[in-house]
Amino acid sequence: MSVAKDAALLVGAPRSNVRGKLGRSTVDTDRGELVGQTRPLLAVENLTKHFALKGGLLNRTKAVVQAVDGVSFDVQTGETLGIVGESGCGKSTTARLLMHLIPPDIGSIVFDGLVVGAADGGLSHRELHRQMQMVFQESYASLNPRLPVAMSIAFGPFVHGLAKPAALKRAMELLEAVGLDPMVFANRYPHELSGGQRQRINIARALALEPRLVILDEAVSALDKSVEAQVLNLLVDLKAQFDLTYVFISHDLNVVRYISDRVMVMYLGKVVEIGPVDHLYRDPQHPYTQALLSAMPSMDPRRRTLKAPLTGDPPNPISPPSGCRFRTRCPFAEAVCETASPALLAPPGEELRAVACHMHVPGSGHSRAATMVSP
Amino acid sequence: MTQADVAKQPVVSVENLHVRFVMRDATVAAVNGISFTLEAGQVLGILGESGSGKSVTLRALMRLLPPARTRIEGRVRVAGHEIAAMDEAALREVRGTEIAMIFQEPMIALDPVFTIGAQIAETIVRHEGVSYDAANRRALELLEMVQIPSAARRLKAYPHEMSGGMRQRAMIALALSCRPCVLLADEPTTALDVTVQIQIILLLRKLQQELGMAVVFVTHDVGVAVEVADRIAVMYAGRFVEVGPTEAVIDSPAHPYTAALLTSTVLGSAFGRRLEAIAGMPPDLRALPEGCSFAPRCRFSEDRCSASMPPEFALTSERMTRCLRVAGREIDLGGPNLSERNTSRP
Amino acid sequence: MADVAVLPADPASAFKRAQQGKSYWRRVWERLRDDKVTLAVIGVLVMLLVMVVFAPWFTVHDPYTGSVLRRLKPVGTPGHWLGTDEVGRDLWARMVFGGRLSLLAGVVPVFLALLIGGFLGVAAGYAGGLVNSAIMRLTDVLYAFPSILLAIAITGILGSGLQNTILALTISFIPPIIRISESLTTQVRHLDFVEAARASGAGPLTIMRYHILNNVLGPILVYATSLISICIILAAGLSFLGLGVTPPSAEWGLMLNNLRQALWVSPLVAALPGVMIFITSMCFNLMSDGLRQAMDVRL
Repeated sequence: MSVAKDAALLVGAPRSNVRGKLGRSTVDTDRGELVGQTRPLLAVENLTKHFALKGGLLNRTKAVVQAVDGVSFDVQTGETLGIVGESGCGKSTTARLLMHLIPPDIGSIVFDGLVVGAADGGLSHRELHRQMQMVFQESYASLNPRLPVAMSIAFGPFVHGLAKPAALKRAMELLEAVGLDPMVFANRYPHELSGGQRQRINIARALALEPRLVILDEAVSALDKSVEAQVLNLLVDLKAQFDLTYVFISHDLNVVRYISDRVMVMYLGKVVEIGPVDHLYRDPQHPYTQALLSAMPSMDPRRRTLKAPLTGDPPNPISPPSGCRFRTRCPFAEAVCETASPALLAPPGEELRAVACHMHVPGSGHSRAATMVSP
Repeated sequence: MTQADVAKQPVVSVENLHVRFVMRDATVAAVNGISFTLEAGQVLGILGESGSGKSVTLRALMRLLPPARTRIEGRVRVAGHEIAAMDEAALREVRGTEIAMIFQEPMIALDPVFTIGAQIAETIVRHEGVSYDAANRRALELLEMVQIPSAARRLKAYPHEMSGGMRQRAMIALALSCRPCVLLADEPTTALDVTVQIQIILLLRKLQQELGMAVVFVTHDVGVAVEVADRIAVMYAGRFVEVGPTEAVIDSPAHPYTAALLTSTVLGSAFGRRLEAIAGMPPDLRALPEGCSFAPRCRFSEDRCSASMPPEFALTSERMTRCLRVAGREIDLGGPNLSERNTSRP
Repeated sequence: MADVAVLPADPASAFKRAQQGKSYWRRVWERLRDDKVTLAVIGVLVMLLVMVVFAPWFTVHDPYTGSVLRRLKPVGTPGHWLGTDEVGRDLWARMVFGGRLSLLAGVVPVFLALLIGGFLGVAAGYAGGLVNSAIMRLTDVLYAFPSILLAIAITGILGSGLQNTILALTISFIPPIIRISESLTTQVRHLDFVEAARASGAGPLTIMRYHILNNVLGPILVYATSLISICIILAAGLSFLGLGVTPPSAEWGLMLNNLRQALWVSPLVAALPGVMIFITSMCFNLMSDGLRQAMDVRL
């Protein structure tokens, strides 16, 4: 188990490094397929989405929200990738881009070697939805209030051609799998259930199409802490039972640490750091990650936080700062940070992680980078 | 009573508070017998999940609940005023001046059609009777006190032009504009990003110390309670199940619910291990069970726990618990020792 | 994990045998049951409908036969308990038979507008983009005209008569129904459960059928019933102006016009059609209010 896990962790490094490290090309452009060692289940390259804000008399574009900008990462089969960030970082937009609920401006998504949306030999969107599903944040709007919950669960299979009785049967089975007695709950309406129960229905709905990858977008954020624990236990059980891969998006750093194998930190539409969860939490490299982790409330009354690591609010993604987007709040910002945008690269000596910071790139021009030893 | 006597009394004193909501088909027993006192300069953290009655308690301290449906019993004394007995006009004089409240959502307190400066100034003028010029000057001072950058410019800003953290600070400035001696905080940091949350927590701590206010801070987040409160009261089904100094409650909880809450929260150190979730669901406030409300979910419960509601046991002069078995030293909950739980993954 | 019962072998019957939940419409019905005023109003309307449909059973005299000798008899005259009109026809019979046309002209246009406007509005709301802009701007054009003027203009061009009245009123009511349908659909469209339905690969028509319609039809229906009260008045108004139903048909608005000259002679009789219009319109209004309140169920 641990050997396989190490291998997975190894190949979990960004593809730009995999290329250098293993000396293999990662994309065979003729067939649009990924060739490599352990093929990631999901490979995202340069995902970009800008929203135009229209207004005024002629509905002209007033400003552009750079919600997601050049995001690239992999997800290995069987792992849980956690995505953390604060408001405006683009994690929810990324989730919707992955699910193709909104089309990306630039960038490609490759699922199990097949390019999504490619005209020939690729994966159709319909097929993508069979393989990848999403669990939304619990709210009154997450389930259709006019349908009994079993119908909400059965809708997906029904749409993909399963006859109604068979679809309902699958719904009943899934109700069992998420810990709700089908004879009690199948015909109930969402308003008759508690938040935790509704979230279990959400999970059952996502599993109805038997996907391989499940995106969990703030799936436990709206729940009470005690219910959150129950649902997290359920998610871990289901992952093992149905052989799933998770992408877990949350703003709650503790929950992400508990459930993830690797964690990706986003800021203002960009990935700033990615790596195995232990390494990232114990030894964060990017100044934003450091600030984020130290901003968590202390659990020790004798050692209360005395100073806020960052001042001000997360900025608006409408006109992000030039160069490195974090430079306006970064205690280590220098001239080079304003002119050049740092790339997501592995710091010297650490292949498993990647950081987008000039301080960790020898020869970048940052005063602190010069002190690092290049490999 | 002499001035000296008044000064010696606690700023907030609640005795046997009961709050019930009478609805069409049922009566909801939201608060079922809460008693506590709070001295000036102290922070009491009320920790509980949704449905525990913590927000209702807070609003009862200012009688902000809908009068038609609400039945309040018990004695509530805040800043020398008997809240339960006062009429609406007298209450309106006290609200905002001697007792102020901040909310989870700043737009509850801020009017979207007026600038921040105008709202603060208007409050000051109305309650303290000074001129608009003096009020505007004070508004500027307040915005600087809550650390809003470019305060002079922000005076003329509308709420929707500010970011979430700024709005929260503006709401705090508005609440403090008339120098209240009691501040009621209803989950003011829950909706904020973590880096903003810690700023607001530190700001509140600083202001509380500078102004010497008594603060009742309601939250569901253990970490926030630890950062803010001197004393913690854990609330479940409308009652305090445990009260004590923060360190004592966190290090060695004196009620099974507190212990379960502390161990089931994901603290980043239970990797690879199953979370000890609390079984079952919170009770229905329309039909509370006879005995201890937590007994159905408690792994230490016995028959006598469900027989009748356990009273408040004073473990020490500062600690209280509503658990029969803890009070009788029959069970040792043993602290989860949160501050030391940083072991790595197996 | 919960203690789970063994699933029965036949899935379809298992679903039916599972405990029934309380659907939204059931809760609306329960709230409605407790609303005495609305129930009373609905009772009045049902009674009116029955009387109007089975008019010959409720009247003695023929509504079209008049007698010069018995003109403008007052209320309470033996044999004509509500008096007679200016041509000697029994007023009660005229009122009951007139109710047929008045109600027809009041309800049918709204019903037709609901079908057409509802379809266009939901389509506009779901499609968004250019389709939405096209439909909504067209609606704006029609909205620029006050509904009574629009109705007058159309009947002025097409001529009077029941059919044209219904046509004119239908056209007048399509824009508000498009507006509300589009607005409601747009709100529902962005909710998470619709996104989830899209994420499971369903096409627009399937989503509209299972997820959109059942969430927007209720409020649209309530709005439509409130339009009926206006439509009754507008229809009567058109007939009053001579643009709607033609004599010798019995219709409340027309009767009001004809009895206008008799206002000084026999005021009570002259006012009766107006009273009828008022009562019916008021009843529909109260019913729609009651429905709206019953449907405002807190989830």
